[in-house]
Amino acid sequence: MSDKPEETKDDVGTTGHSWDGIEEYNNPLPRWWLWTFYATIVWGVIYTIAFPAWPLISSATPGLLGFSTRADVAADIAAAAEANSELETTLAAADLTTVEPGDPLHSFATNKGAAIFRTYCSQCHGSGAAGVQAAGYPNLLDDAWLWGGTVDDIAWTVRHGIRNDDPDTRWSEMPAYGMIFSEDEIDAVVQYVLSISNQQHSAPLAAEGEPLFLDNCAACHGDAGEGDIYVGAPNLTDAIWLYGGDVETLTETVTNSRFGVMPPWEPRLSDAEINAVSLYVHGLGGGE
Amino acid sequence: MSSTNDAPVLYAPREPIFPRRVSGRFRTLKWWIMGITLGIYYLTPWLRWDRGPEMPDQAVLVDLADRRFFFFWIEIWPHEFYFVAGLLIMSGLGLFLFTAALGRVWCGYTCPQTVWTDLYILVERWIEGDRNARVKLWNAPWSVRKARLRITKWIVWLLIGLLTGGAWVFYFTDAPTLAADLWRFEAHPVAYTTIGILTATTFIFGGFMREQVCIYMCPWPRIQGAMMDEDTITVAYREWRGEPRGKGNVRRRSMEEAMKAEAAAQAAGPGQQARYPVIPMPGQERTREPVTTGPGDCIDCMACVNVCPMGIDIREGQQLACITCALCIDACDDVMEKIGKPRGLIDYMALKDEAAERAGAEPTPVWKHVLRFRTILYTALWSLVGVGLVFALFIRPEVEMTVAPIRNPTFVIMSDGAIRNAYDVRLLNKQHEARTFELSLESAADLSLSIDNGSNLTVEVPADEILERRVYVTAPAGSEAASADRTELRLWVEDTGNANRAGVDTIFNGATQ
Repeated sequence: MSDKPEETKDDVGTTGHSWDGIEEYNNPLPRWWLWTFYATIVWGVIYTIAFPAWPLISSATPGLLGFSTRADVAADIAAAAEANSELETTLAAADLTTVEPGDPLHSFATNKGAAIFRTYCSQCHGSGAAGVQAAGYPNLLDDAWLWGGTVDDIAWTVRHGIRNDDPDTRWSEMPAYGMIFSEDEIDAVVQYVLSISNQQHSAPLAAEGEPLFLDNCAACHGDAGEGDIYVGAPNLTDAIWLYGGDVETLTETVTNSRFGVMPPWEPRLSDAEINAVSLYVHGLGGGE
Repeated sequence: MSSTNDAPVLYAPREPIFPRRVSGRFRTLKWWIMGITLGIYYLTPWLRWDRGPEMPDQAVLVDLADRRFFFFWIEIWPHEFYFVAGLLIMSGLGLFLFTAALGRVWCGYTCPQTVWTDLYILVERWIEGDRNARVKLWNAPWSVRKARLRITKWIVWLLIGLLTGGAWVFYFTDAPTLAADLWRFEAHPVAYTTIGILTATTFIFGGFMREQVCIYMCPWPRIQGAMMDEDTITVAYREWRGEPRGKGNVRRRSMEEAMKAEAAAQAAGPGQQARYPVIPMPGQERTREPVTTGPGDCIDCMACVNVCPMGIDIREGQQLACITCALCIDACDDVMEKIGKPRGLIDYMALKDEAAERAGAEPTPVWKHVLRFRTILYTALWSLVGVGLVFALFIRPEVEMTVAPIRNPTFVIMSDGAIRNAYDVRLLNKQHEARTFELSLESAADLSLSIDNGSNLTVEVPADEILERRVYVTAPAGSEAASADRTELRLWVEDTGNANRAGVDTIFNGATQ
């Protein structure tokens, strides 16, 4: 290579700037590029006048065209609500027991119910509705229901909740037998409960616990321990345990009792929404 | 002059090209291909095909809204998109095959850019006259006449562009309905935008950019280099026969010299024999006129250059811009006939022939060039994909089902201790009438099936729809499947109408913790 750039036939000369012997060719921008650049500046000015652009302290310049994505979304939501209003009205007044799969109202309700479930119910019951046993949030997929599993039972539970201030709420309360029984008696009752639910147990202790159970627990749970949905007493003979069916959990339950609370949704959800989420839960696979 | 800083010039601004009218066998072929391809393009959307009520009665329809593709009796759903992929692969391989065998035939005859440019040049010639008139008009200062001719030409070009863009949108929705809507300005803005864009590109590409599109915008010419070899048939000039070229006095003088040289050559022994066209021309006598050393057959009349839509001189050899449209062959053959020489001075031939013929060999027949390992391989691959697609088309299941196991939660314990899994089952009914499907379960383990907790295992799927239902598989308490990590099972769906059935393998999750 030569020391100095040779002349080319398209020689444009240099700008005269030189840094450490490096010189800069005087190649102007292509004209189309330059005009595009000017056009974007003009476009930018027009745009900031026409559309919301400049940030102010708590808002932004509104723009001459009055464009607002928020208003657009609000209009879209209003349009969707308008389109669904007839189904909403029907759903709010519907007899849920007659809404069958395949019915347009059913698919509308279950889709709506799924959204409501994920918004309001999934925090406790889980997004798949499997509940959380450790915390006593019931699994809604199985076929055991403390308060009944018909769609009307479910709607009532959703509307009024469990053990809250609502006058029509589902209410039950088990005494804390830690105050009443001795530890040995509690152990005996726990062994008896294990025996009626076909789990491993100590037969002599269970035999000791049987009279205690019949005297103290059978009033709610039934003589056979089969539970009672009218007072919300769990069935103790099946395989499903709200808090767990092992010795440790049962001892804790008998000693200190349990007091799970679900809020009433009537103040927060409309009739149509309550019906929708009830139909959805009823359709999860456990509904009666 | 040049230096190390000189970069090669990669772009040349457009020089106006005024192709002269030419007639001949290749020109006729091009007219036919133009008529057929444009006919297919403009008319296909208007072919009707009865598909029953509530379905578009269009033979070829890309229904993007419902994600269906209709092609006469074939209906493709989105999950069968591999048919489209297969067709694209076949198109690619077909292009490879034709390029390897016959060079840029696609570019020269069927490429939309070529076809529409040809149509635009036809209009240009019709309005402004042939080459000389157009050159004159180009150089003339603006006048009322020039403006009138230009505006007329542009209006006709725009109309063609409008029809081009218009035809395109008809492929995507019911054509008569859309045509009426377009006319009343009630069609979707997307239709107008598409027509607008395609009108503009047709107008600009066909009217003003023409060969610049092929040279600078199209990637295909660059790829062809890899597709072509010395057996590929391309348009070439028989330099050994044409040179030295000349006309008038120059030619006469060289003729005299040639006669002397010929006499000398005859004295010396057998010389160069005449060559005949590689592609035989039916209906025309071959005039066997021995050409010997001396002035070439090329009289430098520039006919080949004047008719070239790419504005190149084929006598300079193979070049990137040549689209092998063969108009120069027609033009040159015409001239050769007039001066009483054999045709084929410019001809379709292979690179290999050039060297062989120069050395005195007979021309190789076209089929010997075309049939070779490479083209046979491309044909085999092309056919393989084609046969595969046809096969896939005929074994397409009548009944289709997808099964998605629910993983949230993976299993549920029932009150009697049984373990239950849930699955989302989608049933496809591709027929235009409602059908009843029956589900059943096959497994070595003791499992039972239910839909939405009912005992009824039949489902009615409405016409042309996908129905999703949740089904449950239950293992009784204490059974092996209830405690196993996973159990294989197969769900069957059977069309109760015709007993067609399909099976999907899935798994059952037991209660292992």
